[in-house]
Amino acid sequence: MPRLNSRADLEELRKEILAKRDPNKPRITVCSGTACSASGARQVAVALEEEIRKRGLDAEVELKKTGCHGFCEKGPLVVVYPQEICYVRVRPEDVPEIVQSVKENRIISRLLYVGPGKERISRESEIPFYKYQKRIVFGLNRQVDPKSIEDYIASGGYGALAKALFEMSPEQVLEEIKKADLRGRGGGGFPAGKKWETARNALGEPKYVIVNCDEGDPGAYMDRSLMEGNPHRVLEGLIIGAYAIGAREGFIYVREEYPLAVENVKVAIKQAEEYGLLGENILGSGFDFHVRVHRGAGAFVSGESTALMNAIEGRVGEPRMKYIHTAVSGIKGKPSCLNNVETWANVPLIIEHGADWFRSIGTEKSKGTKIFSLVGKVNDTGLVEVPMGITLRDIIYKIGGGIKGGKKFKAVQTGGPSGGVIPEEYLDTPVDFDRLVELGSMMGSGGMIVMDEDTCMVDIARFFVGFLLEESCGKCVPCREGLRVLHSILTDICEGRGRDEDLKLIEEIAETMKETSLCALGTTAANPVLTTLKYFRSEYEAHIRERRCPAKVCKSLIAYYIDPEACQACGACLKNCPVGAVEGGEDEIHRIDQDKCTKCGTCYEVCAFNAVKKISGEPVPPSPPRGTRPRAKR
Amino acid sequence: MGKVKLEIDGKEVVAEEGMTVLEAARLVGAEIPTLCHDERLEPYGACRVCTVEIERGGKTRMVAACGFPVENGLKVRTRSPRLDRMRKTLIELAAVSAGEWEEGSKFWTLVREYGADPSRFASRVQIKPTKCIVCGLCVRTCSDVTGDGVIGFVGRGINRRVVIFPEKAQNCWTCRYCQEVCPTGKISPAGPLHSFPSIDDVLAGRV
Repeated sequence: MPRLNSRADLEELRKEILAKRDPNKPRITVCSGTACSASGARQVAVALEEEIRKRGLDAEVELKKTGCHGFCEKGPLVVVYPQEICYVRVRPEDVPEIVQSVKENRIISRLLYVGPGKERISRESEIPFYKYQKRIVFGLNRQVDPKSIEDYIASGGYGALAKALFEMSPEQVLEEIKKADLRGRGGGGFPAGKKWETARNALGEPKYVIVNCDEGDPGAYMDRSLMEGNPHRVLEGLIIGAYAIGAREGFIYVREEYPLAVENVKVAIKQAEEYGLLGENILGSGFDFHVRVHRGAGAFVSGESTALMNAIEGRVGEPRMKYIHTAVSGIKGKPSCLNNVETWANVPLIIEHGADWFRSIGTEKSKGTKIFSLVGKVNDTGLVEVPMGITLRDIIYKIGGGIKGGKKFKAVQTGGPSGGVIPEEYLDTPVDFDRLVELGSMMGSGGMIVMDEDTCMVDIARFFVGFLLEESCGKCVPCREGLRVLHSILTDICEGRGRDEDLKLIEEIAETMKETSLCALGTTAANPVLTTLKYFRSEYEAHIRERRCPAKVCKSLIAYYIDPEACQACGACLKNCPVGAVEGGEDEIHRIDQDKCTKCGTCYEVCAFNAVKKISGEPVPPSPPRGTRPRAKR
Repeated sequence: MGKVKLEIDGKEVVAEEGMTVLEAARLVGAEIPTLCHDERLEPYGACRVCTVEIERGGKTRMVAACGFPVENGLKVRTRSPRLDRMRKTLIELAAVSAGEWEEGSKFWTLVREYGADPSRFASRVQIKPTKCIVCGLCVRTCSDVTGDGVIGFVGRGINRRVVIFPEKAQNCWTCRYCQEVCPTGKISPAGPLHSFPSIDDVLAGRV
């Protein structure tokens, strides 16, 4: 491919690519994101390739392995164009029929998504999961092959870069981003334009721009899917940002645990360099920009900006004090503008469509959309992109299809370990940066974990504190020791050793951590504890005062027993108990030996008669004498 | 260098631009406690006991005086009931990993000054005393002042600890700087080689 030396070259190439493509030609796309790959998409893709070749349909049917579509619950996903028929949970055995159906232009009903009213939905955009989203950033993922720059260019890609370079001055680009009110998608929601401006005006050369792809919140994978599925958009945003700020060098920090993201972004960089979209004299504009990939070495805390910059400098990835912003003094003490993957991915859209368009989406102080990873006890899990201001209820019920197994909603955890839980009474809260903070939580990078009635809030708080205890760098006292003591106290409470004064102690440690920790990991670390304490204080009190776990989760505080009135002596629990704690026999009511029981819950799961009961905070009722026959046979 | 005017505990202070609040406070004799700070080293911000209250633009927040640069119009409070309470909590938290310290040491003095109860949090966790609050003074002195790099950190979070690098042990010319800066008295007169485990032992799980 000869390099593109002007804006006209780029336009011409785009036309050329499109001219070669017939929009009406049948196209089968397979989601090749990490989640679908894990559930078998690779085998489906291989089967499709073989089937198409076997039938000699190479010229008639196009096969495309795309980035993550987001509907991970139902993967592997196959979508047939131009009709946009979405097949869910596709297996390699389904492939011959799919290829045959494409040829015959018919729909395979059994592979369609089944809606809430048991109706089968064929068009992807009609599926509720997709229908209520607004996929301006993420949508292209399902159209393009992440390893094909031509796919990206065909969709209009790098057009925003050309516009910035040839129609706008760096100042104008900066003004547009400021006007758009784009706020950082990585955590705190700091205005990106303000950060860019600080870096631009800061003294010191060279200046750096950095993509933060060190996503690590439990259950969150938005940045991963963007980086894996559409790396060119992130790259394009970064180049535009570098032009606005005056940076000639950039870094893309990707965690090592995301091998596909590392691979795809490296391919993207190489392609962009070959096409003259990156490197010296980009598109003949005279602007030079080089970018390198830095792979993270596995520490969650390296996602913190100063820690990340330490790591890029080759030092241990732990935070330093940043009373002087990194935009002024970052890598090697030079102005360094760091934004998260999703923030950069929004940039080309703002330049292409204008700040006014971007501002038309969202709420007064939070513009645009946000990608959330909707996980936990919700029917349709996956990545969802929604306009700011949508309610939590709409995300969980309309898009996510409600709570699994018809259980009752209890809380939703947003913002990862720095965020907090939000109870049912706030489900109608419009989701934006500021409203979530008001509730004691935060947007964070977009993790959204839905919890049902079977979730113990003390246990959840302990989980997040435990996560951070593992991930704290250990440099400052309040974070390192505060987490250690908090975890120990929470463990005591979960295991029935809680004391009356513990809640006060927790609050005191939390306050000290919040006010005095070195970095945001420490200052926000107590949020999961504080919000659960704020909204579910009675659960803590039940654990401490009554030695009772209301959700019946904490093993030390629960017991299983078999209701003699309901037991049919079927032997299911007896056979399945892994420790031999169930006694009884044919025609003899079963009993659980409490001393042997490990509270794994297997008996509870396998009992078909609802005879195994889970209790907490009350004595285990005595079992009937040996030899007692089941009620039905008495 | 320009001059910066700020207010510390109600007193006006004229400081040099680029100074930290800690340095400026010393100009007016306001003593801010520190555990991980040493003038010869870059501010580190690990112990947080130098936390002070600052007011600017009508907003109050807490910052570490050792790293916060002075600026015009800044109002600083180095002592208040809330700060004292926070420092007491920080000292009690630092006491968790240390478990024990030498009488007369800097840490011992602070425990007494702030009326800290070292067992308040320590009693809630079960760990072997290390006599170390992981302030890093010894490590940083050894690498940044003497340039020897005989000791360093290993591990993350609560597993963070100071170790000896055996291949560098011959560089240890017993300058005793590390012993001098240690706020708890962990480093014995026999020197660091007798006070810390070797990294090999730690990685092999022998310690």
